[in-house]
Amino acid sequence: MINKKVNNVEEALKGVENGMTLMLGGFGLCGIPENAIAELVKRNINELTCISNNAGVDDFGLGLLLQKKQIKKMISSYVGENQEFERQMLSGELEVELTPQGTLAEKCRAAQAGFPAFYTPAGFGTEVADGKETREFEGKMYVLEPAFKADFAFVKAWKGDAAGNLIFKGTARNFNANMCGAAKITVAEVEELVPVGELDPNNIHIPGIFVQRIFQGTNYEKRIEQRTVRKNQ
Amino acid sequence: MALDKNLIAKRIAKEVKNGYYVNLGIGIPTLVANYVREDIEVEFQSENGVLGMGPFPFEGEEDADIINAGKQTITTLPGASFFDSATSFSMIRGKHVHLTILGAMEVSQNGDIANWKIPGKMVKGMGGAMDLVASAENIIVAMMHTNKEGESKILKQCTLPLTGVGCVKKVVTNLAVLEVKNNAFYLLERAPGVSVEEIQNATEGTLIVEGEIPEMSF
Repeated sequence: MINKKVNNVEEALKGVENGMTLMLGGFGLCGIPENAIAELVKRNINELTCISNNAGVDDFGLGLLLQKKQIKKMISSYVGENQEFERQMLSGELEVELTPQGTLAEKCRAAQAGFPAFYTPAGFGTEVADGKETREFEGKMYVLEPAFKADFAFVKAWKGDAAGNLIFKGTARNFNANMCGAAKITVAEVEELVPVGELDPNNIHIPGIFVQRIFQGTNYEKRIEQRTVRKNQ
Repeated sequence: MALDKNLIAKRIAKEVKNGYYVNLGIGIPTLVANYVREDIEVEFQSENGVLGMGPFPFEGEEDADIINAGKQTITTLPGASFFDSATSFSMIRGKHVHLTILGAMEVSQNGDIANWKIPGKMVKGMGGAMDLVASAENIIVAMMHTNKEGESKILKQCTLPLTGVGCVKKVVTNLAVLEVKNNAFYLLERAPGVSVEEIQNATEGTLIVEGEIPEMSF
Protein backbone atom coordinates (compact mmCIF):
# COMPACT_ATOMS: atom_id res chain seq x y z
CA MET A 1 0.00 0.00 0.00
CA ILE A 2 1.34 3.40 -0.96
CA ASN A 3 0.46 5.79 1.81
CA LYS A 4 -1.17 9.06 0.68
CA LYS A 5 -2.33 10.20 4.09
CA VAL A 6 -1.33 13.63 5.33
CA ASN A 7 -2.16 14.87 8.80
CA ASN A 8 -4.12 17.99 8.12
CA VAL A 9 -5.21 20.60 5.61
CA GLU A 10 -2.00 22.63 6.09
CA GLU A 11 0.09 19.68 4.93
CA ALA A 12 -2.38 18.87 2.19
CA LEU A 13 -1.99 22.30 0.60
CA LYS A 14 1.80 22.33 0.66
CA GLY A 15 3.13 23.79 -2.59
CA VAL A 16 0.03 25.79 -3.50
CA GLU A 17 1.20 29.19 -4.71
CA ASN A 18 -0.12 32.45 -6.07
CA GLY A 19 -1.07 32.34 -9.74
CA MET A 20 -1.75 28.61 -9.91
CA THR A 21 -4.62 26.88 -11.70
CA LEU A 22 -6.83 24.89 -9.33
CA MET A 23 -9.67 22.45 -9.94
CA LEU A 24 -12.35 22.36 -7.24
CA GLY A 25 -15.03 19.69 -7.15
CA GLY A 26 -18.68 20.18 -6.32
CA PHE A 27 -21.98 21.11 -7.92
CA GLY A 28 -23.45 24.20 -6.36
CA LEU A 29 -22.50 23.72 -2.71
CA CYS A 30 -22.92 19.94 -2.94
CA GLY A 31 -19.64 18.10 -2.42
CA ILE A 32 -17.36 21.15 -2.34
CA PRO A 33 -13.92 20.78 -0.69
CA GLU A 34 -14.80 23.00 2.27
CA ASN A 35 -11.53 22.47 4.17
CA ALA A 36 -9.29 23.25 1.18
CA ILE A 37 -11.26 26.41 0.38
CA ALA A 38 -11.01 27.59 4.00
CA GLU A 39 -7.25 27.04 3.93
CA LEU A 40 -6.83 28.93 0.64
CA VAL A 41 -8.69 31.84 2.26
CA LYS A 42 -6.58 31.63 5.42
CA ARG A 43 -3.30 31.61 3.49
CA ASN A 44 -4.53 34.40 1.22
CA ILE A 45 -3.26 32.68 -1.92
CA ASN A 46 -4.30 34.87 -4.81
CA GLU A 47 -4.23 35.45 -8.58
CA LEU A 48 -5.84 32.04 -8.86
CA THR A 49 -7.45 30.47 -11.89
CA CYS A 50 -10.25 28.26 -10.57
CA ILE A 51 -11.93 25.50 -12.54
CA SER A 52 -15.22 24.74 -10.83
CA ASN A 53 -18.72 24.14 -12.20
CA ASN A 54 -20.10 26.95 -10.03
CA ALA A 55 -18.68 29.82 -8.03
CA GLY A 56 -20.35 29.20 -4.68
CA VAL A 57 -22.72 31.69 -3.07
CA ASP A 58 -21.79 35.09 -1.67
CA ASP A 59 -20.74 33.84 1.74
CA PHE A 60 -19.81 30.20 1.16
CA GLY A 61 -17.80 27.98 -1.12
CA LEU A 62 -15.74 29.81 -3.72
CA GLY A 63 -17.68 32.95 -2.77
CA LEU A 64 -15.28 33.18 0.18
CA LEU A 65 -12.31 33.46 -2.21
CA LEU A 66 -14.17 35.91 -4.42
CA GLN A 67 -14.93 38.16 -1.43
CA LYS A 68 -11.20 38.51 -0.82
CA LYS A 69 -10.50 38.93 -4.54
CA GLN A 70 -8.18 35.92 -4.58
CA ILE A 71 -9.52 34.68 -7.92
CA LYS A 72 -8.24 36.16 -11.17
CA LYS A 73 -10.11 33.87 -13.50
CA MET A 74 -13.04 31.45 -13.18
CA ILE A 75 -13.80 28.61 -15.57
CA SER A 76 -17.38 27.50 -14.85
CA SER A 77 -20.65 26.51 -16.51
CA TYR A 78 -23.13 28.29 -14.26
CA VAL A 79 -22.52 31.20 -11.93
CA GLY A 80 -26.03 32.47 -11.27
CA GLU A 81 -26.13 32.27 -7.49
CA ASN A 82 -23.42 34.74 -6.60
CA GLN A 83 -23.92 38.52 -6.68
CA GLU A 84 -20.33 39.38 -5.85
CA PHE A 85 -19.26 37.19 -8.76
CA GLU A 86 -21.63 39.01 -11.11
CA ARG A 87 -20.38 42.39 -9.89
CA GLN A 88 -16.71 41.47 -10.39
CA MET A 89 -17.43 39.99 -13.80
CA LEU A 90 -19.47 42.92 -15.12
CA SER A 91 -16.87 45.41 -13.80
CA GLY A 92 -14.09 43.47 -15.51
CA GLU A 93 -12.18 42.66 -12.29
CA LEU A 94 -12.74 38.97 -12.82
CA GLU A 95 -12.03 37.07 -16.00
CA VAL A 96 -14.66 34.42 -16.72
CA GLU A 97 -14.65 31.55 -19.17
CA LEU A 98 -18.12 30.01 -19.38
CA THR A 99 -17.99 26.44 -20.60
CA PRO A 100 -20.87 24.02 -21.25
CA GLN A 101 -21.23 21.71 -18.28
CA GLY A 102 -20.66 18.49 -20.20
CA THR A 103 -17.62 20.00 -21.88
CA LEU A 104 -16.28 21.11 -18.49
CA ALA A 105 -16.67 17.57 -17.14
CA GLU A 106 -15.06 16.04 -20.21
CA LYS A 107 -12.12 18.50 -20.12
CA CYS A 108 -11.46 17.16 -16.61
CA ARG A 109 -11.91 13.56 -17.66
CA ALA A 110 -9.67 14.04 -20.72
CA ALA A 111 -6.90 15.40 -18.49
CA GLN A 112 -7.41 12.44 -16.14
CA ALA A 113 -7.38 9.95 -19.03
CA GLY A 114 -4.50 11.38 -21.08
CA PHE A 115 -6.43 12.77 -24.02
CA PRO A 116 -5.11 16.15 -25.23
CA ALA A 117 -8.48 17.20 -26.69
CA PHE A 118 -11.82 15.88 -27.92
CA TYR A 119 -14.64 16.83 -30.25
CA THR A 120 -18.04 17.68 -28.82
CA PRO A 121 -21.24 18.91 -30.48
CA ALA A 122 -21.95 21.22 -27.51
CA GLY A 123 -21.62 24.89 -28.35
CA PHE A 124 -21.31 24.53 -32.11
CA GLY A 125 -22.76 27.64 -33.79
CA THR A 126 -22.58 29.62 -30.53
CA GLU A 127 -20.01 32.06 -29.14
CA VAL A 128 -18.48 29.20 -27.15
CA ALA A 129 -17.06 27.86 -30.43
CA ASP A 130 -15.54 31.21 -31.47
CA GLY A 131 -11.93 30.74 -32.55
CA LYS A 132 -12.03 26.99 -32.03
CA GLU A 133 -11.40 24.29 -34.60
CA THR A 134 -14.60 22.65 -35.85
CA ARG A 135 -15.03 19.49 -37.87
CA GLU A 136 -17.80 17.46 -39.45
CA PHE A 137 -18.33 13.81 -38.57
CA GLU A 138 -21.13 11.93 -40.34
CA GLY A 139 -22.96 15.09 -41.26
CA LYS A 140 -22.87 16.73 -37.82
CA MET A 141 -20.58 19.55 -36.68
CA TYR A 142 -18.31 19.32 -33.64
CA VAL A 143 -16.02 21.67 -31.72
CA LEU A 144 -12.49 20.71 -30.65
CA GLU A 145 -12.01 21.27 -26.91
CA PRO A 146 -8.62 20.84 -25.19
CA ALA A 147 -8.15 18.98 -21.90
CA PHE A 148 -7.62 21.12 -18.81
CA LYS A 149 -4.16 21.64 -17.40
CA ALA A 150 -4.14 22.32 -13.66
CA ASP A 151 -1.64 22.41 -10.81
CA PHE A 152 -3.90 21.09 -8.05
CA ALA A 153 -7.27 19.37 -7.91
CA PHE A 154 -9.16 19.68 -4.62
CA VAL A 155 -11.89 17.12 -4.22
CA LYS A 156 -14.15 16.03 -1.41
CA ALA A 157 -15.36 12.48 -0.83
CA TRP A 158 -17.51 10.74 1.74
CA LYS A 159 -15.14 7.91 2.68
CA GLY A 160 -11.53 7.27 1.86
CA ASP A 161 -8.48 5.40 3.07
CA ALA A 162 -4.74 6.04 3.27
CA ALA A 163 -4.27 4.33 -0.11
CA GLY A 164 -6.26 7.21 -1.61
CA ASN A 165 -9.31 5.14 -2.51
CA LEU A 166 -12.50 7.19 -2.51
CA ILE A 167 -16.24 6.65 -2.20
CA PHE A 168 -18.67 9.49 -2.76
CA LYS A 169 -22.20 9.92 -1.47
CA GLY A 170 -25.24 10.79 -3.55
CA THR A 171 -24.91 13.61 -6.03
CA ALA A 172 -21.78 14.87 -4.24
CA ARG A 173 -19.78 12.71 -6.65
CA ASN A 174 -20.35 15.16 -9.57
CA PHE A 175 -17.09 16.79 -10.72
CA ASN A 176 -15.11 15.43 -7.77
CA ALA A 177 -14.66 12.05 -9.43
CA ASN A 178 -13.67 13.56 -12.78
CA MET A 179 -11.09 15.91 -11.28
CA CYS A 180 -9.15 13.13 -9.51
CA GLY A 181 -5.91 12.66 -11.39
CA ALA A 182 -6.72 15.54 -13.74
CA ALA A 183 -4.17 17.91 -12.14
CA LYS A 184 -0.49 17.52 -11.24
CA ILE A 185 -1.48 16.90 -7.63
CA THR A 186 -4.89 15.70 -6.44
CA VAL A 187 -5.80 16.41 -2.84
CA ALA A 188 -8.80 14.57 -1.42
CA GLU A 189 -10.52 15.55 1.81
CA VAL A 190 -12.95 13.04 3.26
CA GLU A 191 -15.69 12.98 5.86
CA GLU A 192 -14.47 9.62 7.11
CA LEU A 193 -10.91 8.42 6.72
CA VAL A 194 -11.23 4.69 7.44
CA PRO A 195 -8.50 2.09 8.06
CA VAL A 196 -7.02 0.53 4.93
CA GLY A 197 -8.86 -2.69 4.12
CA GLU A 198 -12.19 -1.50 5.41
CA LEU A 199 -13.51 -0.25 2.05
CA ASP A 200 -14.79 -3.04 -0.19
CA PRO A 201 -12.64 -2.99 -3.37
CA ASN A 202 -15.83 -3.73 -5.34
CA ASN A 203 -17.32 -0.44 -4.27
CA ILE A 204 -14.43 2.00 -4.78
CA HIS A 205 -15.48 4.92 -7.02
CA ILE A 206 -11.96 6.34 -7.51
CA PRO A 207 -8.91 4.11 -7.13
CA GLY A 208 -6.10 5.57 -5.04
CA ILE A 209 -3.72 5.88 -8.01
CA PHE A 210 -5.56 9.10 -8.98
CA VAL A 211 -5.00 10.70 -5.57
CA GLN A 212 -1.69 12.04 -4.20
CA ARG A 213 -2.79 13.33 -0.79
CA ILE A 214 -5.72 12.47 1.43
CA PHE A 215 -6.75 13.85 4.80
CA GLN A 216 -9.55 13.64 7.33
CA GLY A 217 -11.64 16.78 6.88
CA THR A 218 -13.19 18.64 9.80
CA ASN A 219 -16.22 20.79 10.63
CA TYR A 220 -18.24 20.14 7.48
CA GLU A 221 -21.12 22.57 7.18
CA LYS A 222 -22.64 20.92 4.06
CA ARG A 223 -24.91 23.85 3.47
CA ILE A 224 -28.12 23.28 1.47
CA GLU A 225 -28.62 25.85 -1.27
CA GLN A 226 -32.33 25.27 -2.04
CA ARG A 227 -34.16 23.50 0.74
CA THR A 228 -37.26 22.03 -0.90
CA VAL A 229 -39.58 19.73 1.04
CA ARG A 230 -43.00 18.10 0.98
CA LYS A 231 -45.29 18.55 3.96
CA ASN A 232 -45.36 15.56 6.26
CA GLN A 233 -48.57 13.56 5.96
CA MET B 1 -57.53 31.52 -22.16
CA ALA B 2 -53.75 31.44 -22.12
CA LEU B 3 -52.21 28.64 -20.08
CA ASP B 4 -50.39 29.17 -16.80
CA LYS B 5 -47.08 27.47 -16.10
CA ASN B 6 -48.72 24.41 -14.58
CA LEU B 7 -50.93 23.86 -17.59
CA ILE B 8 -47.97 24.23 -19.97
CA ALA B 9 -46.24 21.54 -17.91
CA LYS B 10 -49.38 19.39 -17.98
CA ARG B 11 -49.61 19.61 -21.77
CA ILE B 12 -45.92 18.73 -22.17
CA ALA B 13 -46.35 15.74 -19.85
CA LYS B 14 -48.45 14.14 -22.60
CA GLU B 15 -45.28 13.96 -24.74
CA VAL B 16 -43.57 11.76 -22.16
CA LYS B 17 -43.92 8.15 -23.27
CA ASN B 18 -43.50 4.78 -21.61
CA GLY B 19 -39.85 3.75 -21.29
CA TYR B 20 -38.44 7.25 -21.65
CA TYR B 21 -35.42 8.62 -19.81
CA VAL B 22 -36.15 12.33 -19.50
CA ASN B 23 -34.04 15.35 -18.57
CA LEU B 24 -36.02 18.26 -17.16
CA GLY B 25 -34.62 21.78 -17.12
CA ILE B 26 -35.15 24.37 -14.42
CA GLY B 27 -38.46 26.29 -14.21
CA ILE B 28 -41.61 25.11 -16.03
CA PRO B 29 -39.91 21.84 -17.14
CA THR B 30 -39.42 20.79 -13.51
CA LEU B 31 -43.22 20.90 -13.08
CA VAL B 32 -43.71 18.33 -15.86
CA ALA B 33 -42.82 15.53 -13.43
CA ASN B 34 -46.01 16.31 -11.48
CA TYR B 35 -48.24 15.47 -14.45
CA VAL B 36 -46.72 12.38 -16.04
CA ARG B 37 -49.25 9.52 -16.23
CA GLU B 38 -48.86 7.07 -13.39
CA ASP B 39 -49.41 3.99 -15.54
CA ILE B 40 -46.18 4.45 -17.53
CA GLU B 41 -42.54 3.82 -16.58
CA VAL B 42 -40.37 6.91 -16.85
CA GLU B 43 -37.06 7.85 -15.22
CA PHE B 44 -35.96 11.42 -14.68
CA GLN B 45 -32.28 12.28 -15.10
CA SER B 46 -30.70 15.30 -13.51
CA GLU B 47 -27.38 16.30 -15.04
CA ASN B 48 -25.63 16.81 -11.70
CA GLY B 49 -25.58 13.03 -11.40
CA VAL B 50 -28.80 11.19 -10.62
CA LEU B 51 -31.14 8.94 -12.57
CA GLY B 52 -34.44 7.94 -11.00
CA MET B 53 -35.22 11.22 -9.28
CA GLY B 54 -38.19 11.24 -6.94
CA PRO B 55 -40.24 13.99 -5.27
CA PHE B 56 -38.97 16.50 -2.71
CA PRO B 57 -38.14 14.94 0.67
CA PHE B 58 -40.43 15.21 3.66
CA GLU B 59 -39.52 17.95 6.08
CA GLY B 60 -36.56 16.86 8.20
CA GLU B 61 -35.42 14.23 5.70
CA GLU B 62 -33.52 16.53 3.35
CA ASP B 63 -29.93 15.54 2.60
CA ALA B 64 -27.32 18.08 1.45
CA ASP B 65 -25.72 15.34 -0.67
CA ILE B 66 -28.86 14.57 -2.68
CA ILE B 67 -29.92 17.44 -4.91
CA ASN B 68 -31.08 18.09 -8.48
CA ALA B 69 -29.55 20.38 -11.09
CA GLY B 70 -31.56 23.29 -9.63
CA LYS B 71 -29.72 22.64 -6.33
CA GLN B 72 -33.02 21.62 -4.72
CA THR B 73 -33.11 18.80 -2.19
CA ILE B 74 -34.72 15.71 -3.72
CA THR B 75 -35.30 12.02 -3.08
CA THR B 76 -34.59 8.99 -5.25
CA LEU B 77 -36.96 6.22 -6.30
CA PRO B 78 -36.26 2.46 -6.20
CA GLY B 79 -33.87 1.67 -9.07
CA ALA B 80 -32.14 5.05 -8.92
CA SER B 81 -28.41 5.56 -9.44
CA PHE B 82 -25.80 8.24 -8.79
CA PHE B 83 -22.84 8.98 -11.06
CA ASP B 84 -20.15 11.54 -11.88
CA SER B 85 -20.61 14.52 -14.22
CA ALA B 86 -18.75 13.02 -17.19
CA THR B 87 -20.95 9.91 -17.01
CA SER B 88 -24.01 12.12 -16.75
CA PHE B 89 -23.12 13.90 -19.97
CA SER B 90 -22.26 10.59 -21.63
CA MET B 91 -25.93 9.75 -21.10
CA ILE B 92 -26.88 13.06 -22.72
CA ARG B 93 -24.27 13.36 -25.49
CA GLY B 94 -24.52 9.65 -26.24
CA LYS B 95 -28.26 10.03 -26.87
CA HIS B 96 -29.27 7.63 -24.11
CA VAL B 97 -31.66 10.25 -22.72
CA HIS B 98 -34.78 10.19 -24.91
CA LEU B 99 -36.33 13.55 -24.22
CA THR B 100 -35.06 16.93 -23.06
CA ILE B 101 -37.51 19.57 -21.86
CA LEU B 102 -36.10 23.01 -21.25
CA GLY B 103 -37.00 26.68 -21.06
CA ALA B 104 -36.00 29.42 -23.50
CA MET B 105 -35.83 33.18 -23.82
CA GLU B 106 -36.17 32.96 -27.62
CA VAL B 107 -36.60 30.33 -30.31
CA SER B 108 -36.39 30.82 -34.05
CA GLN B 109 -38.12 29.13 -36.96
CA ASN B 110 -34.97 27.24 -37.99
CA GLY B 111 -34.86 25.62 -34.54
CA ASP B 112 -32.26 27.83 -32.87
CA ILE B 113 -32.63 28.45 -29.15
CA ALA B 114 -31.30 31.20 -26.86
CA ASN B 115 -31.58 30.79 -23.10
CA TRP B 116 -28.32 31.56 -21.33
CA LYS B 117 -27.26 35.17 -21.65
CA ILE B 118 -28.54 38.72 -22.06
CA PRO B 119 -25.44 40.74 -22.97
CA GLY B 120 -24.63 43.41 -20.38
CA LYS B 121 -27.54 42.40 -18.15
CA MET B 122 -27.65 38.79 -17.21
CA VAL B 123 -24.82 36.31 -17.45
CA LYS B 124 -25.56 33.22 -15.45
CA GLY B 125 -24.00 30.72 -17.79
CA MET B 126 -25.31 27.90 -19.91
CA GLY B 127 -24.95 25.10 -17.37
CA GLY B 128 -25.78 21.88 -19.19
CA ALA B 129 -28.11 23.46 -21.76
CA MET B 130 -25.62 23.59 -24.64
CA ASP B 131 -24.74 19.91 -24.23
CA LEU B 132 -28.41 18.98 -23.97
CA VAL B 133 -29.59 20.85 -27.06
CA ALA B 134 -26.59 19.78 -29.16
CA SER B 135 -27.27 16.09 -28.63
CA ALA B 136 -30.87 15.35 -27.71
CA GLU B 137 -32.93 13.77 -30.49
CA ASN B 138 -36.11 15.12 -29.05
CA ILE B 139 -36.18 18.60 -27.54
CA ILE B 140 -39.33 20.29 -26.33
CA VAL B 141 -39.16 23.92 -25.30
CA ALA B 142 -41.49 25.22 -22.58
CA MET B 143 -41.89 28.98 -22.67
CA MET B 144 -44.15 32.01 -22.73
CA HIS B 145 -45.11 33.08 -26.24
CA THR B 146 -44.34 36.75 -25.55
CA ASN B 147 -42.27 38.74 -23.04
CA LYS B 148 -43.64 41.07 -20.37
CA GLU B 149 -43.87 43.88 -22.93
CA GLY B 150 -45.96 41.66 -25.19
CA GLU B 151 -43.18 41.18 -27.76
CA SER B 152 -42.94 37.82 -29.46
CA LYS B 153 -40.28 35.32 -28.36
CA ILE B 154 -41.16 33.04 -31.31
CA LEU B 155 -38.94 34.62 -33.93
CA LYS B 156 -37.63 34.52 -37.49
CA GLN B 157 -34.16 34.81 -36.00
CA CYS B 158 -32.94 34.87 -32.39
CA THR B 159 -31.52 38.19 -31.19
CA LEU B 160 -29.78 36.85 -28.06
CA PRO B 161 -26.58 34.77 -27.98
CA LEU B 162 -27.47 31.23 -29.07
CA THR B 163 -27.45 28.12 -26.93
CA GLY B 164 -27.78 25.79 -29.91
CA VAL B 165 -28.56 25.83 -33.62
CA GLY B 166 -31.28 23.99 -35.53
CA CYS B 167 -32.19 21.77 -32.60
CA VAL B 168 -35.70 22.64 -31.36
CA LYS B 169 -38.42 20.30 -32.64
CA LYS B 170 -41.42 21.34 -30.62
CA VAL B 171 -42.46 24.38 -28.60
CA VAL B 172 -45.25 24.49 -26.05
CA THR B 173 -46.22 28.01 -24.98
CA ASN B 174 -49.04 29.56 -23.00
CA LEU B 175 -50.87 29.98 -26.32
CA ALA B 176 -49.98 27.11 -28.62
CA VAL B 177 -48.18 23.90 -29.49
CA LEU B 178 -45.83 24.48 -32.42
CA GLU B 179 -43.76 22.12 -34.50
CA VAL B 180 -40.52 23.52 -35.90
CA LYS B 181 -39.74 22.34 -39.45
CA ASN B 182 -39.09 23.59 -42.98
CA ASN B 183 -37.88 26.90 -41.55
CA ALA B 184 -41.29 27.71 -40.03
CA PHE B 185 -43.51 27.18 -37.01
CA TYR B 186 -46.42 24.82 -37.76
CA LEU B 187 -49.39 25.45 -35.51
CA LEU B 188 -50.53 22.11 -34.09
CA GLU B 189 -52.80 23.08 -31.21
CA ARG B 190 -54.32 26.16 -29.63
CA ALA B 191 -54.73 26.85 -25.90
CA PRO B 192 -58.43 26.55 -24.97
CA GLY B 193 -60.29 29.66 -26.10
CA VAL B 194 -57.27 31.21 -27.86
CA SER B 195 -57.87 32.00 -31.54
CA VAL B 196 -55.53 31.33 -34.44
CA GLU B 197 -55.46 35.08 -34.99
CA GLU B 198 -54.24 35.75 -31.44
CA ILE B 199 -51.46 33.23 -31.94
CA GLN B 200 -50.59 34.74 -35.31
CA ASN B 201 -50.36 38.20 -33.72
CA ALA B 202 -48.05 36.93 -30.97
CA THR B 203 -45.74 35.13 -33.41
CA GLU B 204 -43.01 37.09 -35.18
CA GLY B 205 -41.68 34.05 -37.06
CA THR B 206 -43.41 32.42 -40.00
CA LEU B 207 -46.51 30.61 -38.72
CA ILE B 208 -48.04 27.89 -40.90
CA VAL B 209 -51.70 27.14 -40.24
CA GLU B 210 -52.99 24.08 -42.07
CA GLY B 211 -56.68 23.22 -41.79
CA GLU B 212 -58.68 23.30 -38.58
CA ILE B 213 -56.44 23.74 -35.51
CA PRO B 214 -57.71 21.77 -32.51
CA GLU B 215 -57.69 23.02 -28.95
CA MET B 216 -55.22 21.41 -26.56
CA SER B 217 -56.44 18.61 -24.36
CA PHE B 218 -54.77 17.67 -21.10
